[in-house]
Amino acid sequence: MRYECDLLVIGSGPGGSTAARFAAERGLEVLLVEKRQEVGSPVRCGEGISKIWLDEIGIQPDRRWIAQEIDGARIISPSGHVLILDASRAGNETGYVIERDVFDRHLAIRALRSGAEMWMKAMAVGAEFKGGLVRSVHVKCLGNHIQVVPKVVIAADGFESQCACWFGINTRLNPKDIESCLQYRLVGIEMDERYNDFYLGSFAPGGYVWVFSKGDGEANVGIGVQVAKIGSAGEVKRLLDAFISAHPDLERGRPIAIVAGGVSVCAPLNRVSKGNAMLVGDAARQVDPLTGGGVANACRAGRHAGLVAADMVESDAWKDRESAEKWASEYERRWRAELEGHLIRNYVAKEKASQLTDETFDKIVLALQEVEIDRITTIDLLMAIKKRYPDVLQDLEGLL
Amino acid sequence: MKVDRLACLYCGVCVGSCPVGAITLYDTWIEFNDRCTGCGICVRACPVGAIATEGDE
Repeated sequence: MRYECDLLVIGSGPGGSTAARFAAERGLEVLLVEKRQEVGSPVRCGEGISKIWLDEIGIQPDRRWIAQEIDGARIISPSGHVLILDASRAGNETGYVIERDVFDRHLAIRALRSGAEMWMKAMAVGAEFKGGLVRSVHVKCLGNHIQVVPKVVIAADGFESQCACWFGINTRLNPKDIESCLQYRLVGIEMDERYNDFYLGSFAPGGYVWVFSKGDGEANVGIGVQVAKIGSAGEVKRLLDAFISAHPDLERGRPIAIVAGGVSVCAPLNRVSKGNAMLVGDAARQVDPLTGGGVANACRAGRHAGLVAADMVESDAWKDRESAEKWASEYERRWRAELEGHLIRNYVAKEKASQLTDETFDKIVLALQEVEIDRITTIDLLMAIKKRYPDVLQDLEGLL
Repeated sequence: MKVDRLACLYCGVCVGSCPVGAITLYDTWIEFNDRCTGCGICVRACPVGAIATEGDE
């Protein structure tokens, strides 16, 4: 069977659904394919998001996907020193802990209401790439083999993306730029529900432990560990279990969900598009390398990709390589203008942070507790540390 | 490579960690192709230890 459309979007996570919505709003015939049997499920996410970007994507906060409103973040050093980042310090740390499956379905529904077509249990299994353009994508949908012939393709197929490889875009990751993550959703724990907690230290090599409250004594308690620092099979789970055992407040909790997933924490890639094909979100490695947060950037990039897809179709640029490349470059220009500077800064910070000792983490948090900081910038951080612990500064050399 | 299908959470960490693109994640099913070199990165990367080198217990 053969199916023609203007735009094929592979993956109905936040990036794919946002791309599909913006393209459909411009009148494109959009096909969204999802390999799973239900959008958003199973969840693979810590579920903490900030608020500031929702408006620019046209998402209204909705109680159906908000589990808990968050006033700020607490950074907890290995010895237990706490740095609070909230509206009075570091400004935009307020956010939500969400029900990610409900959130994803909300975004997918928006795409469908805008006119996109959706196939469930539909997996892209291969593509024809000829003369610098994707000509067709093979989709298996509930046992049927369908040759989808789109004018433009957006691949939003997540961390485990296969499409990039088919399109000749290199998105391979170095083990030091991958976090292997495991999380329990625990019930019956007591905590301050207004804050998302981030625990730094050698118990999470090259990563951190998070405790994000979902309200009513429920929380996502998870760990991310740099793959290059993992010594043996099953170590990520052992590290998370050991952390929980060492914290009586968490130890009382009982799990009602176990969540796993991979997160890229690499520097921005040189190229995430080719001809009439664009990558979006985790597939494009657009994740914040310091926090591992991917939802906001996926939606932002998805919007740019969806709008550029519309431009490509409206101008018939998809028909030849040279014109398509011009629009692909425009997608690169737009998403990089919005995200790249931040991604590079946070990549450098992550590279530094993954080398710090527990003692240094303690000193940094203590130094930052003592200063008034409106917005924690790298320079603020360095100045505060220089004043208090000049010896630590050489560990951080290169952050400027 | 050997996947313990009852332990696997189908999360895709192994797929993104594989240096040669030898692993595919279907909806609830992991498959290795013949590009696998047996390097063992996936064995360590798997958050729950569901992958073992062939022959190991």
